[in-house]
Amino acid sequence: MTTSTVTVPAPSRTRQRAGTPDSRPARLRRRLAQWGFVAPAVVFMLLFFGYPLVRNVVMSFQHYTPRTFFTGAAPFNGLDNWSKVFQDALFGKALWHTLVFTVGSLLGQFGIGLALAVFFSRRFPLNGLMRSLILLPWLVPMVVSGIVWRRILDQDTGVLNSFLGALGLRGHTPWLTSPGMALLSTILVNIWIGIPFNMVILYGGLQEIPGELYEAASLDGASAWRTFRSVTLPVLKPVITVVLVLGFMSTVKILDLILALTDGGPADATQTLGTLTYQNSFVQLDFGAGAVVGDVLILVSAVFAVFYLRANRSEGK
Amino acid sequence: MTSPAPTTPRRRWGSTLAGVLILCVMLFPLYWMLDTALQPGSGLLQVDPVPGSLDLSGFTKALGDQGGHLLTSLAVALGAVAICLAISAPAAYGLARFGLRGSRTIVFGTLITQMVPGIVIANALYNSYVDLGLVNSYFGLMLADASLGIPFCIVLMRSFMVSIPGEVIEAAQLDGAGLVRTFVQVVLPMSRNSLITSGLFAFLFAWSDFMFALTLNTTDHVKPVTLGIYQYIGAHVGDWGSVMAASVLSAVPAALLLVLAQKYIAAGITGGSVK
Repeated sequence: MTTSTVTVPAPSRTRQRAGTPDSRPARLRRRLAQWGFVAPAVVFMLLFFGYPLVRNVVMSFQHYTPRTFFTGAAPFNGLDNWSKVFQDALFGKALWHTLVFTVGSLLGQFGIGLALAVFFSRRFPLNGLMRSLILLPWLVPMVVSGIVWRRILDQDTGVLNSFLGALGLRGHTPWLTSPGMALLSTILVNIWIGIPFNMVILYGGLQEIPGELYEAASLDGASAWRTFRSVTLPVLKPVITVVLVLGFMSTVKILDLILALTDGGPADATQTLGTLTYQNSFVQLDFGAGAVVGDVLILVSAVFAVFYLRANRSEGK
Repeated sequence: MTSPAPTTPRRRWGSTLAGVLILCVMLFPLYWMLDTALQPGSGLLQVDPVPGSLDLSGFTKALGDQGGHLLTSLAVALGAVAICLAISAPAAYGLARFGLRGSRTIVFGTLITQMVPGIVIANALYNSYVDLGLVNSYFGLMLADASLGIPFCIVLMRSFMVSIPGEVIEAAQLDGAGLVRTFVQVVLPMSRNSLITSGLFAFLFAWSDFMFALTLNTTDHVKPVTLGIYQYIGAHVGDWGSVMAASVLSAVPAALLLVLAQKYIAAGITGGSVK
């Protein structure tokens, strides 16, 4: 990085300021120019995040049909969409699947990610190289990962079943084709995808813990586990919160992976709020019903956002 | 790595061995993807753990079927990066240095956008795109894909630009440089690393996008490779070899970036999400 060597003695600056007192219009022009830097981003974010949020809520009270896009007519229909969605047993199922999927994924990703972060905090040859390579699953497009796993988990010709069969274990497990197994399989794949992200952030957090803390603990004769529990975890807490919240946000709205693995099937066994929104809106072209499920997603995310901000504030950030 | 460690060399190599095992488990699916791609004849049979010969016909077929979609992905991702950087670099600078009233609210809002579920955006965006005629257009998809990177890039670059010494910027202004010239000639060159990191991530986000590609396109006119592969498995279930070859090709940018820019990637993941 090129740190510039230009340094200016402070006095000349003040003299300059005093010499040309900013007139009001000049100051205003400068402020406007400064806002010019920020305004495009603000406008963009309002258009691509703020507006869709509001529009989605409005849409959930409108009647959309496949013909809407020709006629442009989407009349308001009160709570019709809502009662339609809530009366459908599929909504309850999707909500439950989302909960199970999110909790299961987070537990697995975080647990294994933390274990790997601790492991890679040791010093050993090739450590840095391995830490980079392990990121690969996270960098590959999620749809692609889903499709690769679809091949691996294939009941008859997938490598996982041949491997298990060779070990004399259940070699014909219908990972993705039985309604009882499919959700578990999607969770396992999502854990695999999420481990690198958790590991990298937690590893970063671990490196920031001052070594003196560990020295003090070892002087006190604390065991490794004790040190981890009483030194590492408390200091790591803000980072843990961030990892879990970001993990939650990206997991609860999952769509790509499930479409690639199971398309929500078999028999809706892996239908989540994300896929249900997609199905309602883009497959059945009932954007009103899709918007209702979307609203529920927004609500769930908002509750967690508040929870997160509270946690952040109490950390005194 | 030869830094003095309290452990014996033997134990350290033991850790390396354990690390290699972990890596093997984590990277196995990607190895399997490559392995299957090199056995295009396997069809619905089981795949051998090591390809018997170097059969590239799966790749030839995948390039024939998906080559255009790869180019589409490249064009859309590059466009998204350009839009993303053009919007977020000045904003990051403004939010870091100008002390504008409302800056804190904007930074806060930027963080909040990461919590808006993507499918909700797609749901509403599709309808606006229909009205604006942006469905099935390159520009429309670039804009949507840029939205995946903009908040991240603003946060990342802002946290860097805050640390540029104020004297440098003031010196430039004393030399008579205006806001824009200071930004272009002083701030941007100094922020090169954070700019590269942001660009890399914006590219990866856009390249990996599937949801906007799926929802904002109703014809085959604009079809990035993620969408191409997804539709491919519907039509060619028996032809896993070329599906996997296409998957390998779509994973190349990720692998390339990891090799060429690994320090930026790791720094970006931590910097963009924690700070």
